[in-house]
Amino acid sequence: MSAIPAEYGLFLAGFLFALGTVGVLVRRNIIFMLMSVEIMLNAAGLAFIAAGYGWGQPDGQVMFIFILSVAAAEVSVGLALVLQFYKRYQNLDTDQARDLQG
Amino acid sequence: MLIVFYLASLVAIISTLLVITRVNAVHALLYLVVSLLSVALVFYLLGSPFAAALEVIVYAGAIMVLFIFVVMMLNLGPAASEEERRLLEPRMWQGPGILALVLLIELGYVLFSGVGGPAPSVYIAPWAVGAALYGPYIIAVELASFLLLAGLVGAYHLGRREGDGR
Repeated sequence: MSAIPAEYGLFLAGFLFALGTVGVLVRRNIIFMLMSVEIMLNAAGLAFIAAGYGWGQPDGQVMFIFILSVAAAEVSVGLALVLQFYKRYQNLDTDQARDLQG
Repeated sequence: MLIVFYLASLVAIISTLLVITRVNAVHALLYLVVSLLSVALVFYLLGSPFAAALEVIVYAGAIMVLFIFVVMMLNLGPAASEEERRLLEPRMWQGPGILALVLLIELGYVLFSGVGGPAPSVYIAPWAVGAALYGPYIIAVELASFLLLAGLVGAYHLGRREGDGR
């Protein structure tokens, strides 16, 4: 059984993070932007896990648990904002919310 | 073991690409669940079984259910039931189904082929994670609980109806 190099995990994390960034930049639907943010957070967690694996330390998994709690808090507030957004504009296009004064 | 890692990474990349290119939110969510499951398999291969279990339970379970609730709440009306009928056609779920089947075959291979999990030298046990979490990182655990409380209060405040409890 050959060991997996930690660099492969880091590369996968970087690739997934780039995909999430593209998703945030390209999509204008607020639900898809939130999903892309989830992908980016998940990729950051993968980078921590791969680094912890590379050094053989549990700190990577500890950081992953913190990222998990950040993602949970972020998604609950974000989805509440989505509901408010839909109530106000009747659609999910973020370009509708250009004006800050309300 | 390396081939399992490559396959899981490929499934993760393909399903993530499909997430950011779908038009329908529910289809994108199905692919996002597959992406999270494949990342969980990568966690397992990288010697972190505890993080893999958390990924499946919290990410693919709890957070995706929140997303599906919100998509459900936004799609009220007769168009939603029409959408539901189209979702039951095999064409809609066979893409995520095939990708999830690849993950299932990999899981069976890891379990039954005798290669076992990651080598003991790279395996990081859950007790080590727990000891680090409640040892040197105890302040960060308290901060995370503050953050979750703030998220709870914020979601409650944003989610309530206009004129409630003023």
